[in-house]
Amino acid sequence: MGKVLMKGNEAIAEAAIRAGCRHYFGYPITPQTELAAYMAKRMPKIGGVFLQAESEIAAINMVYGVAATGRRVMTSSSSPGVSLKQEGISYIAGSDLPALIVNVQRGGPGLGGIQPSQSDYFQATKGGGHGDYHLIVLAPCSVQEMADMTALAFDLADKYRVPSMLLADGTIGQMMEPVELPQAQEPVFEEKDWAVTGTKCKRPHHIVNSLYLVPEELEKKNFERFETYRRIEENEVRYEAFRMDDAEYCVVAFGIAARVAKNAIVAARNEGIKVGLIRPITLWPFPKKALADAAKQCKGFLSVELSMGQMIEDVKLAIDCSRPVQLCNRAGGMIPSPDEVLAGIRALCGQEV
Amino acid sequence: MTTQILIAGFGGQGILFAGKFLANKGLLEGRQLSWLPSYGPEMRGGTANCSVVLSDEPVGSPIVNKPDVLIVMNLPSLDKYEDAVVPGGTIFVDSTLIGRKVQRNDVRVFYLPATQLAQQNGIATLANMIMIGKVLKECDFTGFDNIEDAVRTVVSAKHADLFDVNLKALKLGHDS
Repeated sequence: MGKVLMKGNEAIAEAAIRAGCRHYFGYPITPQTELAAYMAKRMPKIGGVFLQAESEIAAINMVYGVAATGRRVMTSSSSPGVSLKQEGISYIAGSDLPALIVNVQRGGPGLGGIQPSQSDYFQATKGGGHGDYHLIVLAPCSVQEMADMTALAFDLADKYRVPSMLLADGTIGQMMEPVELPQAQEPVFEEKDWAVTGTKCKRPHHIVNSLYLVPEELEKKNFERFETYRRIEENEVRYEAFRMDDAEYCVVAFGIAARVAKNAIVAARNEGIKVGLIRPITLWPFPKKALADAAKQCKGFLSVELSMGQMIEDVKLAIDCSRPVQLCNRAGGMIPSPDEVLAGIRALCGQEV
Repeated sequence: MTTQILIAGFGGQGILFAGKFLANKGLLEGRQLSWLPSYGPEMRGGTANCSVVLSDEPVGSPIVNKPDVLIVMNLPSLDKYEDAVVPGGTIFVDSTLIGRKVQRNDVRVFYLPATQLAQQNGIATLANMIMIGKVLKECDFTGFDNIEDAVRTVVSAKHADLFDVNLKALKLGHDS
């Protein structure tokens, strides 16, 4: 099959169906509504479930229920809606269930606006809900990656029994690009030794639960879960390095900001500035080692973000503050232009003593 | 070669549709491309614009800040984007809706009374495609060939009856 022209939101929906997801629960919100609309159209035709819940809170708890049966399930929303889902996400994480949550971010806080943003980075990578937990957070930067990472997010969630999140933004969600869709796979249903599927009076009950009133037990659960997180950090870090071979300066950006940064880097290279890009593809686990290695060759870092500066904290931690890290940002739905990023790169070079 | 195109006007004028046509034409030609809409919460009447990048290399930023080709269908859009066009670029103006002239002299400018032409020819909603027909004639980033295939891709099966009028509009713009 050749390439087709699709919106990022639609590519996620189609890729999810092709990855064997037959259960979608959501509630409309700009700029992710195309995803729900696509599911509403397609799911009934293929024997799947599309349900527009009465609220985001209801939707995430429906996800919790299906996830407990071991089937592939997802929900999607945009920033204010994802805030509403946080309690359910914490429960899903606390019950060690795989599920996919998509956040097509818009400007905040509060109802904010409907234009693209990356200001839910903290919420996505540092918890969002209560308790000690992580999500596997993937940050696509093209429509192709929206499709590819949907499949990957389901696979990783299943592999580790950890909920995963696609952290996109309004630009990638709304834009159309040619995309080659992944091969469709039929939903496979393997018996899982934890899934709640009915005992048929032949086995003991499987119990999905996040309540542990004995602190020793709850501590043990947390330690076990963090052992899983350690394995994820060891095995699942993904990033793209662009023109880093001889780079003396390093731009760090993800999603749409990385696309803009690439234009700026090409322009800076034309001015003779040796600058490259590290684009985190997994925001959690964060590519700490790649940045630490870059700090050995680079004199300074520039974090380009559509927020007031959130990922910049992880950049500083990753390199142990061994190099200056500057911020180039716009917020509230604005996107820096390549010229603004280029100015940021120039300023970074000028600062060097 | 990379061509950055910005189409701007009011919601309801078919700004996004016009961009979709160019994007699909690019896809049929096997080119790299991106299509990015930008609009307010209104279905009609608010500002609407659409960035299309056609390239022979992977597209970097899909946001067109400095268009090579600017197509404007209302005055606020000309006021906002006139200065952003690269020197040597091209501006297409719907002169039915925009009374003033372009102030710059380092760009090519084409004035076309597209909205009036659309009304006179009984295709009042297709001024957008008349503008695009003119663009295909005057610019060389893509040709006037294969327009049927591209129109077929963007006109959904549900609206198949609109296939002929879209072609008519493109030809009208091309021959003006």
